[in-house]
Amino acid sequence: MSPTNSIKTFTIDGKPVSATESETILDVARQNGVNIPTLCNMDGLTSTGQCRLCMVEIGGSNRLVPSCVSKPEEGMEVTTESPRLLKYRQMILELLFSERNHICAVCVTNGNCELQSMSQRLGVDHVRYQYLNPQFKVDGSHPKYEVDHNRCILCGRCVRVCDEIEGAHTRDLRNRGINTLVITDFDGPWGESKSCTSCGKCVHVCPTGALAEKGKSVAEMAKRRQFLPYLVMRRKGASK
Amino acid sequence: MSQKIMIEQVTRIEGHAKVSIILNDDGAVQDAQVHVTQVRGFEKFVQGRPFYEMPSLTARTCGICPVSHLIAASKACDQILAVRIPTTAIALRRTINLGQIIQSHALNFFYLSSPDLLLGMDGDPAKRNIFGMLDKHPQIVRDGIRLRQFGQQVIERLANKRIHPSWIVPGGVASPLDATTREQILSEIPEVLAIITRTLDWYKKSLNNYQEYIRTFANFPSLFMGLVTKEGRLEHYHGNLRVSTARGSILADQLAPDEYESFIGEAVEPYTYLKSPYYKPLGYDDGMYRVGPLARLNVANECGTPQADQELAEFHCLDKGAVLSSFHYHYARLIEILYGIERIQQLLNEPDILSDNVRAHAEVNNLEGIGVSEAPRGTLFHHYKVNEDGIIQSANLIIASGNNNLAMNKGVLQAARYYVRPEKLTEGMLNRVEAVIRAFDPCLACSTHADGHMAMQIEMFAPDGKLLDTLVRD
Repeated sequence: MSPTNSIKTFTIDGKPVSATESETILDVARQNGVNIPTLCNMDGLTSTGQCRLCMVEIGGSNRLVPSCVSKPEEGMEVTTESPRLLKYRQMILELLFSERNHICAVCVTNGNCELQSMSQRLGVDHVRYQYLNPQFKVDGSHPKYEVDHNRCILCGRCVRVCDEIEGAHTRDLRNRGINTLVITDFDGPWGESKSCTSCGKCVHVCPTGALAEKGKSVAEMAKRRQFLPYLVMRRKGASK
Repeated sequence: MSQKIMIEQVTRIEGHAKVSIILNDDGAVQDAQVHVTQVRGFEKFVQGRPFYEMPSLTARTCGICPVSHLIAASKACDQILAVRIPTTAIALRRTINLGQIIQSHALNFFYLSSPDLLLGMDGDPAKRNIFGMLDKHPQIVRDGIRLRQFGQQVIERLANKRIHPSWIVPGGVASPLDATTREQILSEIPEVLAIITRTLDWYKKSLNNYQEYIRTFANFPSLFMGLVTKEGRLEHYHGNLRVSTARGSILADQLAPDEYESFIGEAVEPYTYLKSPYYKPLGYDDGMYRVGPLARLNVANECGTPQADQELAEFHCLDKGAVLSSFHYHYARLIEILYGIERIQQLLNEPDILSDNVRAHAEVNNLEGIGVSEAPRGTLFHHYKVNEDGIIQSANLIIASGNNNLAMNKGVLQAARYYVRPEKLTEGMLNRVEAVIRAFDPCLACSTHADGHMAMQIEMFAPDGKLLDTLVRD
């Protein structure tokens, strides 16, 4: 195959752009300064298309596609912002709020939360759906960290970072739909996990206050994510 | 024919309440009840949460005195951590607690109660408020606003937020005090000291105008309870509890707050969501006690600051034994504002106040914690039990206003008997009944909390339920 064939040229919001074979629409958008909303996606982790916030419109098709797991095609016309997209994105956030108990005022990540900042960015100022008010138990059995499923948005970042970066695969998901729950090992208390290395990566990639360091007060849990691109870079370097 | 008069809602208080005045067959007042009409369920819904969330969760009980809850909750959490928090953290917590007391007392005295005192109990209800005061007595209003602002700014400057800050945390405080903030607060002290001094001078001179209210506003023997230091000084943060009698003698001293369950009982009455705590050794009803500024000044030998000590000496001369009239809560509030300002000055001049060592860290070391402090309205108890993971299993809160419940009910009955003439209800009569409640400054928001429009409606019913008379205030 000639090199020219591996480069796709297409447009994002009318702007001509190009992509290599391995790049997704989201990758190219970010390279070109277009900030498509995402919650589950994270640089350095496999994209899974779970949160659906990164859906974009493709010219000539009525179907929306998740840009984090979609490759561009030659001549494709991608639209990242439209009233229709905004409506769906707002709806996704409202549904996240209604599914669990996201009370910012008393949350450890208040002011540092991606769900909160995304809602501000997309203008979600009310929730039209009934709150389900589930009552999940807080798992405080780990000496350093806690998991509060009431604040979880099921983005799966913690599962992926534990598997792909730490290599422990302590976490996984159980059940389906809104009954999905992040579990530790075979659904046991975190403090009794045999596989967990207590590295804390899951805590810091978590976009909300679902995973936090114990003892933090309201708004004190700022997440530090600089480690992830650094680890990925080191790994790539080592494999060369 | 027995009848019932309702005051609904009680206005210019914090939270929602209504009053029932029950008349006997002869038309005389037989009984009166203060109903606190909302339940909030904090003790229930905090179950299952990590203990270190408790300061922030319980602070939401109230938008007026969140700092009081932060203090009591953090003290309870300190016990769960089993740490001795840094001395600078204690001094900073004391400072912010006093800022809270100053702003809350200023709110009650100037915003809520002064319209009754200066515009008259029978004044036009539409103007008997802070705006009416602004028309007639602008300087007093300005003084009140400034004092409240000072208290609020102490909170904001220390904790970055006036309402519901999260700066007071288990183990201490979140960040140290910086020199600029300290200087800012200290530089304003002469001004606010001058304000409270002239307010006290004016108030003491005007006391003669209120003799009737002093005589009839919840003026009866009761016990008084408050925290005191080992030396018997006024105390709002640490210390032990002292219970004194109406005669002014000490009934029990240096009671350990941790053992509150051994000497405080909590009775439940069917007509209100607010519990009725009582002093156990004397039994229900006889064990009625009062807390708050009046009680604190009654039980304390001295304040420990120069000007407040002079004022306290004068205050103690009001009665032979303890000062019994709840009308004097107003007076006591002013003295506590003075004390608060002087004490903040002392605290900010302590040598290690700018130390960076302000927070102790630990894991769960005790499965139970009890935090007790003096909120503006009186002694506040937070009691938590946790499991080994630090998850709250049970919580008991005795809110300052709850301690006064029995006395408040008795005081309302006393005032109703004196003022209410059912054959011709007037708004002024009922305002006097409300003013008794206002004197206690109950923060019903703390135990029941609701916001919104506070209208007042008084209804008089015949025994068959027929509405005989209605009085409505928008």
